[in-house]
Amino acid sequence: MYLYEIRDTLQATVLCGEEALDREVRSACASDFMSDVLAYVKDQGLLLTGMVNPQVVRTAEMMDMKCIVFVRGKLPGPDIVELARERDIVVMRSALRMFIACGLLYSRGLAGE
Amino acid sequence: MGDLKLTYQVDGGDLLQAGEASSQMKMALKKLDLPPEVIRKASICMYEGEINMVIHADGGHVEVTVGMDAITIRLVDQGPGIPDVDKAMEEGFTTAGDVARDLGFGAGMGLPNMKRYSDEMEIDTTVGVGTTVTMRIHIA
Repeated sequence: MYLYEIRDTLQATVLCGEEALDREVRSACASDFMSDVLAYVKDQGLLLTGMVNPQVVRTAEMMDMKCIVFVRGKLPGPDIVELARERDIVVMRSALRMFIACGLLYSRGLAGE
Repeated sequence: MGDLKLTYQVDGGDLLQAGEASSQMKMALKKLDLPPEVIRKASICMYEGEINMVIHADGGHVEVTVGMDAITIRLVDQGPGIPDVDKAMEEGFTTAGDVARDLGFGAGMGLPNMKRYSDEMEIDTTVGVGTTVTMRIHIA
């Protein structure tokens, strides 16, 4: 699924990486616990989370993820967005709750692994 | 060609900023001709170790050696030490406080994750003196 499709599906706002929405991800992971992301993720390109802090970007960076979506309308601060921009990670926010966001993406073909 | 050695200081004060050393190591490894999976494993090991160092030991330093066959990551701190290593290795066991949990850590997954992603791991710890964790990630 292309990142612009994810944006449209989640009615999301792109906070950085607008020029990189033609990138594709094949699977996603959703968690507020970064240690769980680090434990169970393999080749997931997209992270959905309701946790807002720089460690979310660090975690995505370590896992080679391409995009972070902050759900439940969470708004990351400029420092977090800037860190992601430096690491070439696309950041979006969506007002949807985690369950709904995951369900929509899954039903449109994005896999969990 | 000799081994490449990298050293990083980890500040203890600010958990929000933790991960900078891991990020720098990852960028250094990316400049070498290493498989992406090896870089990712090394990065996760170092990152979890760095977070642990900040949560539990008020920082420390990390020595990374890139050889022909393996990346060796040595995390050295002068923290409180680990009284029961077997217990610390259990998934879900944690002594971390709310500050760590507020950032999405402190779930008792740090050391198990380091074990999971490294090919070899040794923990040398003395209560009241400090802890050295040595991890090797093979370059297959």
